[in-house]
Amino acid sequence: MILYRILNLQISVGFFLFLLCSPITASSLYPFSQPKQEAQFKYLLKELRCLVCQNQDLADSNADLARDLRDEVYGLVKDGQSDHEIIDYLTKRYGDFILFKPPVKSVTALLWFGPALFLILGLLVFWRSIRQGHHDPNGGGS
Amino acid sequence: MNKWRLIPLLFFVGLSLFLWRGLSLEPQKLPSAQIGRVLPAFSIPVLGAMGKTLTSDYLRGHVFLLTVWASWCSACVEEQVFLLQLAREGIAIYGLNYKDSPKAAQQWLHEWGNPFKQVGIDSNGRVAIDLGVYGAPETFLIDAKGVIRLRHVGILDEKTWKNDFVPYFKLTN
Repeated sequence: MILYRILNLQISVGFFLFLLCSPITASSLYPFSQPKQEAQFKYLLKELRCLVCQNQDLADSNADLARDLRDEVYGLVKDGQSDHEIIDYLTKRYGDFILFKPPVKSVTALLWFGPALFLILGLLVFWRSIRQGHHDPNGGGS
Repeated sequence: MNKWRLIPLLFFVGLSLFLWRGLSLEPQKLPSAQIGRVLPAFSIPVLGAMGKTLTSDYLRGHVFLLTVWASWCSACVEEQVFLLQLAREGIAIYGLNYKDSPKAAQQWLHEWGNPFKQVGIDSNGRVAIDLGVYGAPETFLIDAKGVIRLRHVGILDEKTWKNDFVPYFKLTN
């Protein structure tokens, strides 16, 4: 029984260590000579969405397509392309959906400026209601 | 002046309707960035024909379907019967064998039937990346000028064919 428990503990510790180690092994799959490129690579993988498992980024996803796209991004970063060029390359093929952060466009204007717009609208309604209440407690027309 | 107090309510109703509609959308159906673009250039080996290559230039000049499939893709089996039917009706269908082994692909075509005029081998998925493919099966409709007109993600069935593809053929004829 004790032996079983120790074994069990060892397995859990082993699994925990495995979890700790996996990000390190993942980055050594993509070796870079320049730390700047490595930083760029890591940044881009966090910004890009896996199209198969849609709520994971490219860095985390184990899907086959995500692996291919990681290789693709790796190649482009090694070629010395800028963030802008790489993102352009991918959105040309997969559309804006591949980006977690949607670009500011006429289609996404409401998404970007909506909150501010609605806040102003809310404040306006609030202000009008308060003024209304102050002037005319019975709520009748002015 | 009561109308000012109605604004938040109207806004809430509008937002509810908008979000309610979102519930019935399929998150897997993404808008394609490819519609209206020229088919990306490629030159890939032809399945079952040693030394021959299939190029995007060769395909220019007539309307055809390009189907992305693989022998490991279980959903591809389901559209195969329909593709065979389309091929019998005279629709030109070309295959893009996506990340597959040629042997398995040929075996699969032997088993399930071959609706394709030719099949190009995209063993590393490069052509698929250029096409913005994120899974198999996917079907593209390319016009005579080599421009991608339609894209269907998932199994191509009679309903999708009638709703999306047939109107295109009617328009051009």
